[in-house]
Amino acid sequence: MSASILTFKGGVHPQYNKELTNRLPIEVMPAPSEAVIPLSQHIGAPCEPLVAVGDEVNMGQKIGEAKGFVSVPVHSSVSGKVKAIEPRLHSSGQFVNSIVIENDRLDTLDESVKPKEDLNNLEPDDIKEIIKEAGIVGMGGATFPTHVKLTPPKGKKVDTVIINGAECEPYLTCDHRLMVEHPTEIVYGLKAILKVLGVDKGIIAIEVNKPDAIEAVEKATDGVKGVEVVRLAAKYPQGGEKQLINAVTDREVPSGGLPADVGVVVDNVGTVYAIARALKEGMPLIDRVVTITGQAVNNPKNLLVRIGTTLNDVVEFCGGMKGNPGKLVTGGPMMGVTQYTLDIPVIKGTSGVVLLPEDAAISEKVRACTQCGKCVEVCPMNLMPLFISMYALNDDFEDAEKYHALDCIECGCCSYICPCKRPLVESIRQAKREITAKRKKEA
Amino acid sequence: MDNQYLVTSSPHFRSDYKIERMMLDVIIALLPALIAGTVFFGIRALMLTAISMVTAVLTEYVIEKLLHREITIDDYSAAVTGMLVAFNLPPTVSWWIPVVGSFFAISIVKMCFGGLGNNFVNPALAARVFLLASWPVQMTTWKIPEAVSAATAADAMTTATPLAVLKTGTITHLPSLWSMFIGNIGGTIGETSTLALLIGAAYLVYRGVINLKTPLSFIATVGIMTWIFGPDGMFTGPFLYHILGGGLILGAFYMATDYATSPVTPLGQIIMGIGCGIFTSVIRLWGGYPEGVSYAILLMNMVSPLIDRYTMPKVFGTKGAKKVA
Repeated sequence: MSASILTFKGGVHPQYNKELTNRLPIEVMPAPSEAVIPLSQHIGAPCEPLVAVGDEVNMGQKIGEAKGFVSVPVHSSVSGKVKAIEPRLHSSGQFVNSIVIENDRLDTLDESVKPKEDLNNLEPDDIKEIIKEAGIVGMGGATFPTHVKLTPPKGKKVDTVIINGAECEPYLTCDHRLMVEHPTEIVYGLKAILKVLGVDKGIIAIEVNKPDAIEAVEKATDGVKGVEVVRLAAKYPQGGEKQLINAVTDREVPSGGLPADVGVVVDNVGTVYAIARALKEGMPLIDRVVTITGQAVNNPKNLLVRIGTTLNDVVEFCGGMKGNPGKLVTGGPMMGVTQYTLDIPVIKGTSGVVLLPEDAAISEKVRACTQCGKCVEVCPMNLMPLFISMYALNDDFEDAEKYHALDCIECGCCSYICPCKRPLVESIRQAKREITAKRKKEA
Repeated sequence: MDNQYLVTSSPHFRSDYKIERMMLDVIIALLPALIAGTVFFGIRALMLTAISMVTAVLTEYVIEKLLHREITIDDYSAAVTGMLVAFNLPPTVSWWIPVVGSFFAISIVKMCFGGLGNNFVNPALAARVFLLASWPVQMTTWKIPEAVSAATAADAMTTATPLAVLKTGTITHLPSLWSMFIGNIGGTIGETSTLALLIGAAYLVYRGVINLKTPLSFIATVGIMTWIFGPDGMFTGPFLYHILGGGLILGAFYMATDYATSPVTPLGQIIMGIGCGIFTSVIRLWGGYPEGVSYAILLMNMVSPLIDRYTMPKVFGTKGAKKVA
């Protein structure tokens, strides 16, 4: 490991509040009495149901088939009977067709769940197929199908795989705990990816505020050829894909481009852990580690939760709410999504459930922009958020586009730092939507 | 659904950084200079500052009340403007001069253009220039600091600023550099004590309210230009007198860094400083006035949107990205 601490230009240092959960081992949460499994838990086409109401299903059984290349199947996280197939509320805020399974509490394993052969005996395409069939997506929250990422566009040569252990979002510690408790699986998953891509350089990048994770992963990589651990500065958004690549390799993903354009593929530690389990146990992605935290929950925890467990059950398991939460966020507080109800299931992309204290709901006084330039200083993409936002708020999306609105990664640093509490990233997001809609219309 | 939670767009928490706190920091940073001004020029300096601040805040309040707009005096920016107007006045002016100055700064320069963030020039400096043009005698009558006049038992109540002395070319009549550094010289209420102003500036940098790009490039440019173009030939200029003698320190740290009227880009902030430095030096060396800081900053204020436009930072991923090996 090199002694230097790598980072990128810009960014902010929010209050991390990770001490709520960063020393708590991952606990296994009992399976729910009823699992709600949405047929769309990834970016891409939703699945077609493979079962009908009344069918008996086993744990790990494929119950939704992927439609198209950018799509992955979904599996039952419990064994039992299909109660309903109907639209249910999803953490995206939309109603999504979901399979509701009544748990018979037997956890009967499906016959398809069998350990796969050793990595050495598998062909790259076999591994990719296993990853796809296990329903694996980017577990950092973006939920982009992993097998698609592992299929770089023709003509793009990938030479480096980076495993993202930055976990720069405040509050969240699920990746941290995975690295501390399952470093060998993470390295195994990385080796699988290296084999799929035919690459011999793998880098596991971890922020320095997780010394125990760095130590554990270093030990697991000891003697593994081509795999290296690097230390990253603790700064938000260090785990942003473009920022991470820039910090680790000094390459810049071109505007509008993909990591593959600079020869890099990035996967989250949760994702490689899921890959390792799909290979070693044959278990598809039916559970994940979720950090349940925030000042408004009684016992914050890192939990291994079955997909389809409702947030209600999860919060109950953590001793319920402490007082009245101001906001309920799935994902981290910087880029996560607020939910108006706990009546939604944990899905593949649910990295955290953060119950922010009551005062988080108090909206602060928005003042006129003083042009202090703090947003320009912190923008990791080198944009000028104040001007994009000014144009966006005036419905002048053409000028917003000239100021590179589309390059915004929506990390929220500008809104975080703004002393006038202006809705910077909020309005830029609006501009991005309008610009993309217009482009689609013209195309 | 019994219990519904608030839904908002991310990010879901924000820094406790607030504009009112930043403005309060500026007031705190200006306090050492106010104390120095009061020590050197007497209690009158303090009174004039108080009058100026009250006028500025009242003006903003009344205008917003009359226009049925949101009252914004709680962001303290009007108080800062009032303080800076007073800092730009000689300590001998009549009590109504700060009243007129602050009223002008807030009503015409700030509120007419839409309030905080929308003024195109620095209100306090515009007020200084307005007062200078309207009441030139009041605005250029300087006072010997009380400590000096007591020590020398001189009965002369007026003196010249070091810059006015420099203009006549008689360097021998200049006060010592130490007097100039601590502020024991003729000048406006807030500009003379470099020491006090630097203490405040260090605080502002520590608090993250200002950065040093503009102030340092401003001061360095003035230093280099006044050194090169000396009265006795090239590279002979008394540059330290130019740096310490006038409103440069006050202007560089507290006025040229004004948010609304200076560039937001890193390169733009350096250009702002260099531009201010060039104009200041040109006015001081070859212009009709002994002092040029105010005009220099005002001129650069007007081109600051243009500077921003032409110094837009290179967006991540658009410059010579390293190609795959």
